[in-house]
Amino acid sequence: MPQHDVLIIGAGLAGQRAALAAAQNGASVAIMSKVHPVRSHSVAAAGGINAAISVDDDWHSHAYDTVKGSDFLGDQDAIEVMCSEAPAEVMHLEHIGVTFHRNEKGEMDLRAFGGASMKRTAYVADITGQAMLHVLYEQLMKHHETVERYEEWFTTSLLLDEEGRCAGAIARDVRSGHMEAFTAKNVILACGGAGQCYKPTTNGLIVTGDGIAMAYRAGAPLMDMEMVQYHPTCLVETGILITEGARGEGAHLLNANGERFMEKSAPNKMELASRDVVSRAEQTEINEGRGVGPGGAGIFLDVTVVPRKRTLEALREIVNLGRDFAGVDITREPIMIRPGQHYIMGGVKTDVDGRTPIEGLYAAGEVACVSVHGGNRLGANSLLDTLIFGRRAGEHAADRAASIGPPKLDTAAHLRNDMQRIDEIISRPHDGRRVSEIKSELGEEMNRHAAVYRDEEGLQEALQTIERLREQAAGAWIDDRGTVFNQDVLGALELGFLIDCAQATVLAALERKESRGAQFRTDYPERNDEQWLKHIDVTLHGEQPKVSYSPVTITQWQPEERKY
Amino acid sequence: MAEAHDRPAESFTIRLRRYDPQSGDAPYWDEHTVQLEPHRSVLEAILQARDRFDGSIGIRCSCRQAICGSCGVRVNGEPSLACHTHLDAAKSSSLRGGVIEIEPMGNMPVIKDLIVDMDAVHWKKIQRVTPWLLAKQPVPEREYIVDKEAMVDVTQTMACIQCGACVSDCLAMEVDPGFIGPAALAKAYRFVGDPRDDQQFERLNDLAQDPQGIFDCTHCFKCVEACPKDVNPMGQIMRLRRVAIADHDIVDVNNGERHEAAFATLVKDNGLLWEAELLPRSYGGNSWFGKFAPPAGKELLSSLPAILKALMRGKVTPMGALKPHRIPAGDLKAVQSIYEKVEGRKERYELNLYITGQDEDPAPAAHAGAIATGGAETAQVTAEQEGSNQ
Repeated sequence: MPQHDVLIIGAGLAGQRAALAAAQNGASVAIMSKVHPVRSHSVAAAGGINAAISVDDDWHSHAYDTVKGSDFLGDQDAIEVMCSEAPAEVMHLEHIGVTFHRNEKGEMDLRAFGGASMKRTAYVADITGQAMLHVLYEQLMKHHETVERYEEWFTTSLLLDEEGRCAGAIARDVRSGHMEAFTAKNVILACGGAGQCYKPTTNGLIVTGDGIAMAYRAGAPLMDMEMVQYHPTCLVETGILITEGARGEGAHLLNANGERFMEKSAPNKMELASRDVVSRAEQTEINEGRGVGPGGAGIFLDVTVVPRKRTLEALREIVNLGRDFAGVDITREPIMIRPGQHYIMGGVKTDVDGRTPIEGLYAAGEVACVSVHGGNRLGANSLLDTLIFGRRAGEHAADRAASIGPPKLDTAAHLRNDMQRIDEIISRPHDGRRVSEIKSELGEEMNRHAAVYRDEEGLQEALQTIERLREQAAGAWIDDRGTVFNQDVLGALELGFLIDCAQATVLAALERKESRGAQFRTDYPERNDEQWLKHIDVTLHGEQPKVSYSPVTITQWQPEERKY
Repeated sequence: MAEAHDRPAESFTIRLRRYDPQSGDAPYWDEHTVQLEPHRSVLEAILQARDRFDGSIGIRCSCRQAICGSCGVRVNGEPSLACHTHLDAAKSSSLRGGVIEIEPMGNMPVIKDLIVDMDAVHWKKIQRVTPWLLAKQPVPEREYIVDKEAMVDVTQTMACIQCGACVSDCLAMEVDPGFIGPAALAKAYRFVGDPRDDQQFERLNDLAQDPQGIFDCTHCFKCVEACPKDVNPMGQIMRLRRVAIADHDIVDVNNGERHEAAFATLVKDNGLLWEAELLPRSYGGNSWFGKFAPPAGKELLSSLPAILKALMRGKVTPMGALKPHRIPAGDLKAVQSIYEKVEGRKERYELNLYITGQDEDPAPAAHAGAIATGGAETAQVTAEQEGSNQ
């Protein structure tokens, strides 16, 4: 039975950063991922990473922008940690090899991004996430003696000891179907968000809320789950993301009349207002009949105003995306986009060291909610979040491991339980529904009722649908009966995770009777600081989710009206 | 621009190479017909078949936008990403009357259906090239100050998503499985071209001296065609050679450098390659007298069976071996003027996908189709010794 000081589940940016930090602090480390690490969805982050590295910038300015972007729901102590540590972290990444683009002087270049008061986004063309992820994986290969890698291992549940401390996880080797109990003094969840609750979404098919649901089932509270970010620029048909870097480089948004409609809702920042503001403005144009394309369901993103040489050098990836996925040369003509589900601000509640309320269980990255993003995440703050809190969780977990003995628990029963659960799914008769059908319905329902605009009626309907889908999922059948790469059975487990995440999202959205950040309630269109300047936590008690509140930490910035 | 969005769904038939390692059965073909718009991807067709007809179809996939690198397969025999291949293009390149044939990638063992063992081949090769930065010391307090163009330049190899499409159809690797191969060598360039790396000479010397290193590439362009991200792996291998030879004067034990020099000289002198002279000059020295040097004699002797076979099949004639090909004097002059122009440049001139070299390209006459892979755009404009191979 494998045993480690620190077991990290998920090998995107947060997980790999945590692994390297924990190993550097002397811990024995294992990092486990259901896919090869470079397939992790961090790879798709395009635009860049924010840090106040410019000599005329100040991390307080970055922190204020982040607080304002969060619609004052972000915890300011955590935001201060993230923004003040950002410059050193970005320099560290530069030193280990990330090929950040330079200015004429050979220093790191910075580009403009939404919601930022100055240029502070470092970037590698528009493949920043990919470059960072691959460079961290280079480091994992370099440190292979201190970080053990379990690639293509799917975690099925967390292990708790008798005192309720997290003490490891059960996982299945995807290649062979072999199941194993991994014990560890600490577990760090770093396995991303839950974008597949939505259809369409910019998120990869692997982003299925595994970590959020496993922590939730283990009793950890989920926080800010109602805050779901819709990215303003996704391809109309496929939901594929066009980076905010495009607008950062100067691209315009146009409605059917050719108007830059952002004038109305954000006269100063225009296209570079925060994402919730831009997505809402687009949705309003579409809803009011000023959309473009078939059914008026789109908005034009006009990149032709950016010099072509600059586009080819700094926005190469979206030139390819436009060509390959929409048949459009973005350097010559506008491309049709619309808002699409992109990111969840919520997740497993943690402190600034990544600790969840369950002892021995940490979380970092999109799976976690520190909360640095509050009601709305600024573009290029998510890569930063993964690295800062991944590192901090890794360091803290390594320190904790040094001070405690190995976990004591009998894993056999847990292991047997998860094996039986999988056998039961495989042996289900072919009546009822397919897993894929249920997943598809869930995604469409969430995109209908828990999207840019929400109301009581729609959310209640979504809640009922989710309940029905949960019952159907319990008997949903699959085809694959094998053990080698049985992705079918993993899909059934993922569906279970998604349903938990979707339910928590809708419950929190129903609870918050105001409009703040990404949550816009048409029945409560105003922000209400008096009643709702607080986090909503969803915790599982037995089988029943319970909603409670926790305070927002305010250090130096009092809530004020948000204008862009 | 609306053209891509207006077309209705059509029927597409996909023919999948299936393999279940637990069944004891040999691989077999499995056909499904799906309904999708023609500009949708082959991956979407596979996923529709998996969701609706058979959940046991095995394929790695996640992002659906050619960035995670999971879904490398062969479509109609050609390596590519399933998510990056349009159905209409795949249908028209079908060799089976419109049926789209999808197989696992080559050069790697199949685990199940379309899933191959990348660890056994691809990742092992990546590990061969010391795939991490060996940073110059001391590490500065802030960022390394480096040339803007250099960072844009290495972005082309940084853009590699490790999908394995180039490995799948590398012809040299098919013959010599030990060849480090296109993906790993492109990865090597990512460090060699990185001005922060301290070991440029050591890396190049290592890769040049390895008999399965940079001189093992046969210059077939397969990887250039296969790459969905325009990384141009072969171009990167050629750049590794150029930097090794021109900047570091590395003369390798594999005779790669001498071979290139002999090749270039023969073409310069004659306008065309004089094949019979190539081998003796590569081994014996880059002049007509090379064949009298003992190493050339030894090499000629060991190549005798091949030479005789070539003579018998008429590929070489005794006269052709004694005299170079002749081309008109004007043409020879034109060839030599290329040499003069290129060799007369102060700096080696390398073009890169991310560096267009001009502020505004003229607009194309007609709107380019959706499927163009940009192969022509990535062609390297190179200076020295391009065109040599082994």
